[in-house]
Amino acid sequence: MKKQRALSFKTTTTTAYFFLAPALSAIFIFFFIPVIAAFIISFTDFDIYTLGNFSTLRLIGFDNYVKLFSDDLFWTALGNTFYFVVVAGPLSIAVSLTAALLLNSKLVKFKSLFRLAYFLPVVTTLVAVAIVWRFIYHPNFGILNFFLGLIGINPIDWLGDPDWAMPSIILLAVWKNFGYNMIIFIAGLQNIPEELYEAADIVGANAFQKFKHITLPMLAPTTIFVSIITMIGYFQLFAEPYVMTQGGPLNKTLSIVQYMYQEGFRWWNMGYSASIAFVLFIIIFIGTLIQFKVQKLSK
Amino acid sequence: MKKIILHIVLIFVAVITLIPFLWMISASLMYDGHASVFPPRFIPDEFTLMQYERLFERLSIARNFINSLVLSILVTIISLTLNSMAGFAFAKYRFRGKDKLFNLLLSSMIIPAQVTMLPLFLMLKWMGFINTYMAIIIPGLANIFGIFLIRQYCISIPDSLIEAARIDGANDFLIYRKIILPLLTPVLATLAIFNFLGTWNDFLWPLIVMTDDSMYTLPVALANLMLEHTKDPELMMAGSVLTILPVIIVFLALQKYYMKGLMIGSVKE
Repeated sequence: MKKQRALSFKTTTTTAYFFLAPALSAIFIFFFIPVIAAFIISFTDFDIYTLGNFSTLRLIGFDNYVKLFSDDLFWTALGNTFYFVVVAGPLSIAVSLTAALLLNSKLVKFKSLFRLAYFLPVVTTLVAVAIVWRFIYHPNFGILNFFLGLIGINPIDWLGDPDWAMPSIILLAVWKNFGYNMIIFIAGLQNIPEELYEAADIVGANAFQKFKHITLPMLAPTTIFVSIITMIGYFQLFAEPYVMTQGGPLNKTLSIVQYMYQEGFRWWNMGYSASIAFVLFIIIFIGTLIQFKVQKLSK
Repeated sequence: MKKIILHIVLIFVAVITLIPFLWMISASLMYDGHASVFPPRFIPDEFTLMQYERLFERLSIARNFINSLVLSILVTIISLTLNSMAGFAFAKYRFRGKDKLFNLLLSSMIIPAQVTMLPLFLMLKWMGFINTYMAIIIPGLANIFGIFLIRQYCISIPDSLIEAARIDGANDFLIYRKIILPLLTPVLATLAIFNFLGTWNDFLWPLIVMTDDSMYTLPVALANLMLEHTKDPELMMAGSVLTILPVIIVFLALQKYYMKGLMIGSVKE
């Protein structure tokens, strides 16, 4: 963080707190306190009876977390979510980077028009596009099977087949999100000094060598940033399976957040649900740490 | 040659990103059952607005549309006010614990919102705000990303402007209001789009706190409709158009600011 010149007045502290108070109290009361409360609730048996009569609440130590370990449905949700993150994450980033490299080429005409088209899915409402894709994936009338049929591929029951349901959701996620990271990659590409490529031309490097020895290393900080935000977002998978498959078929698309939602807000097992939320947090936290470590090592 | 291949690839990708939207619009203008045929129709053989009429007349989607619109605008205005005040303070004042506080805020951005949802729900229930606009406004009052973005931008405003105003006798609030806010316009525009789109598109939280059909936001109403009308693609596409169109309009009108904000947000060290 850069040191900036600040005003030096005796009253600055009071005035600063005046400006900070509204936002910080809102964040404190409606964000930090709930985080702490969720932590405490995850060690209690908070359920539908507690909602009616608060005195039934008991501290049960690590029982919720222990129960999670032997809960098959939780492991299924965890496995599905990892499947989604591990496949959709790198795939999205690869597509974003490719699109950024193509669009960054000096040969491209109507650059901003293409950029806009690629970015459009990002801003649109996830629930609405998930509904659109649900019909695109329709086994008999969907346009995806129609196009695949033109090149001789037999119809696939995208959302009904347990093996295809998650790949279908991944495809939707890549389509929806690649434009976001693409814009960040374009910004990163434009920050690479032109002289590096000129120097490479002098020593006779080919396009692939330039990509490997200049573009990729220079983009490393951008790539780490993009990987972290993509991972955090993807671990929170919820709306796509909620709208398209309701977690099915055979729980093959049930995600952690969906399981948390069901336990907490459908069955009102709030203690248990809070422990699921915390496991999600810990996973995201560890994932972020690992990516920061990778960045340090690669330097 | 290279140039032609490049453009063919780019156009192919653009077609893939746009086809779902084009099909959505086209199917929303079809009569019942016309989107459930093989081979699929890409253009309606007969145009009709009946799906939209159904949405408004029988399913009173106007109410949900208004909920989404009012909430998105309210959350945007309130959070811009609170965030800009806090961002200004972090950028231009020196006070005890400033760096610690700012770093605490930044590092807590990693906590997923889902963690706070259960206690927040209980708090709002206790305050009697479940199934009211307040349930969505309260968690959106201020956000850390917004404060961060405004601070980054505000730092570049020269101190001399502020000092000059102070010598002229302006108090700090006046300085914020008359000097800082106008200079922050570009970043405020960026954040306004982020907040508006974020509130409009949000699904999980409104799904939790809105319990009546009449209080649903558009995405919740749409998801609910989907569960009952699995076999009505034409109707569902009309609902999707209604949900997506305002977002696309806001984005296209202000995309310059949106793209810029994305780039400021990504260069934090």
